[in-house]
Amino acid sequence: MMGRFLTIATAAVLVASTGSALAQTPAPTPTPTQTPGGDDQIIDLEGGQESALPIIIPVMPTNAATATAAGQTDALGRQLAEIIDADLRNTGLFKTVGPTAARPIGYAEVTSPNYESWGAYASQALVQGYIRANGNGTLTVGCYVYDVSARRELIREGFVVSPGDWRRAGHKCADAVYSRLTGEGPYFDSQVVYISETGPKNRRLKRLAIMDQDGANHRFLTNGQSIVLTPRFSPDQRQIVYMSYENRRPAIYIYDMATRRQRLVASNVNLNFAPRFSPDGRSVLFSMSVAGNIDLYKVGSGGGGTPLRLTNAPGIDTGGSFSPDGTKIAFESDRSGTQQLYVMDADGSNPKRISFGGGRYATPNWSPRGDLIAFTRTGGGAFRIGVMNPAGGGEKLLTSSWGDEGPSWSPNGRVLLFFRAAQGSGRPDLWSVDLTGTNARKIPTPLDGSDPSWGPIRP
Amino acid sequence: MAKILTSMVLGVALIATSACTKKRPETVLPPTDQPQGGDYGNGNGDADTSPMNEKFKREVTSDTVHFAFDQYDIDPEARRILDSQANWLMAHPNTRVTIEGHCDERGTREYNLALGDRRSNAAKNYLAARGVSPNRITTISYGKERPIALGSDDQSWAANRRAVTIVIN
Repeated sequence: MMGRFLTIATAAVLVASTGSALAQTPAPTPTPTQTPGGDDQIIDLEGGQESALPIIIPVMPTNAATATAAGQTDALGRQLAEIIDADLRNTGLFKTVGPTAARPIGYAEVTSPNYESWGAYASQALVQGYIRANGNGTLTVGCYVYDVSARRELIREGFVVSPGDWRRAGHKCADAVYSRLTGEGPYFDSQVVYISETGPKNRRLKRLAIMDQDGANHRFLTNGQSIVLTPRFSPDQRQIVYMSYENRRPAIYIYDMATRRQRLVASNVNLNFAPRFSPDGRSVLFSMSVAGNIDLYKVGSGGGGTPLRLTNAPGIDTGGSFSPDGTKIAFESDRSGTQQLYVMDADGSNPKRISFGGGRYATPNWSPRGDLIAFTRTGGGAFRIGVMNPAGGGEKLLTSSWGDEGPSWSPNGRVLLFFRAAQGSGRPDLWSVDLTGTNARKIPTPLDGSDPSWGPIRP
Repeated sequence: MAKILTSMVLGVALIATSACTKKRPETVLPPTDQPQGGDYGNGNGDADTSPMNEKFKREVTSDTVHFAFDQYDIDPEARRILDSQANWLMAHPNTRVTIEGHCDERGTREYNLALGDRRSNAAKNYLAARGVSPNRITTISYGKERPIALGSDDQSWAANRRAVTIVIN
């Protein structure tokens, strides 16, 4: 089924935000192509696989096959195309012809596409790029997206990367393609922190782990000597806050990615758990048990401060989640008799219940777009992932399984990570599902996985 | 135990490297400034096995009380058991205990940490009301992290909703 095509007024050169790792470089000027009008090119985000956009991603050629610290540039050119292919294909919105199936292209062809030759692939979009070793250890990756039917360039971007970050150039290119063709924000150049699990059900070995959202660059951050749970990134991704059972005193710690050291955040005399960073990174929201009552508290993330109590109701208040603008907090509470969702101001005032459906509601997680709150709904023998708007309306359940729990949003608020436990063994895996409730897929991890937390787009 | 852990760590490091190109394998880093004690805290009693705890388990009605789903009330059966524990603790005034609170897997993780805490505190409060000084009792919640029964059925879940009293000296 063919989509409509977008008339392009100008060939826009997107300026990606510059950061320490990725530097924007102007791409070489392509041969101008005349495009006499055209139609809109839209991806139907509700339509699923039937309206998937066909897109070709050939191997990215190199000007000269060169050995680099990341590998041979010709091999990297194939792997970059594979990264882009996988990122786009896994959205469920693209029907990809990747570097194995697409014919090879020459270096000069990158900026001068041979539109007629791609007709045989019945594609609508084409991603061509190149990789070059710069002689000083860094690599340059160019990324061009073309509308095949309209014979027009849509975007071009270039990245200078250190060898350790070469995969990010692939993700940035895929993000540029995705954003341009769907109108959504990017999410591929991001990381996930989660709990890697293994071992028997009554003695699980749990470790803090981090990986790119596509599973690459996986590494463990703790050694399993203590149970660790529910990690969350700081907004700048330099720290991870989590709960640990070290010395049999369950408490909240912050792990510093640069120094690889952890520090205690709040007193570990009382049970402290469910930690989250505030959107400005300055506070940690968490739950604490004091005199048998469990409430939400906030404390400075630098450590050593006095926690400020935010809720004051009998019962269990936990699972706090800030709105992206930091003015409100969603949380779960059983003050009404069963676990339900509430929203209050960030200073603890005006708590209002928002869930009124026929189940128990837990683990609220406010979308980075601010428009939805994801949750786990339990009852009737099932644990299901769902979303509702912050006023509590528009409830939509996205999964239905025995043990789905703990949703975490992609940076663009379109995809949710969660973990799915198997009945009996209880072994969990990481899964993702699209906001439309389609495209549920398992995320490969070295061992079992739970408590995923999706970090923001990397600068 | 340490040997198994080491080979697991090596095995995992190999898995991690095979997914990446030319990356030095990332070693697993223990938290700094922390003692390297075996801190599994498995909550099944054998982490803190002391001869006194073995004596306790033999001599009381039970070291474990159970709870209904999503509840932390001490029911009549639990009272009976905690009365027996209280009597023993009064007869051995120099002992201290930890009470672990546990949940079944049919609740979400953070809520279960809280519920386990309520269960251990309910048992503690009962013992205190029976005359055991609260200074002798610490509590810890394991939520759903350390089940004792491994199935996904009502019987297993009922066995896992528990508070376990452990003599620690």
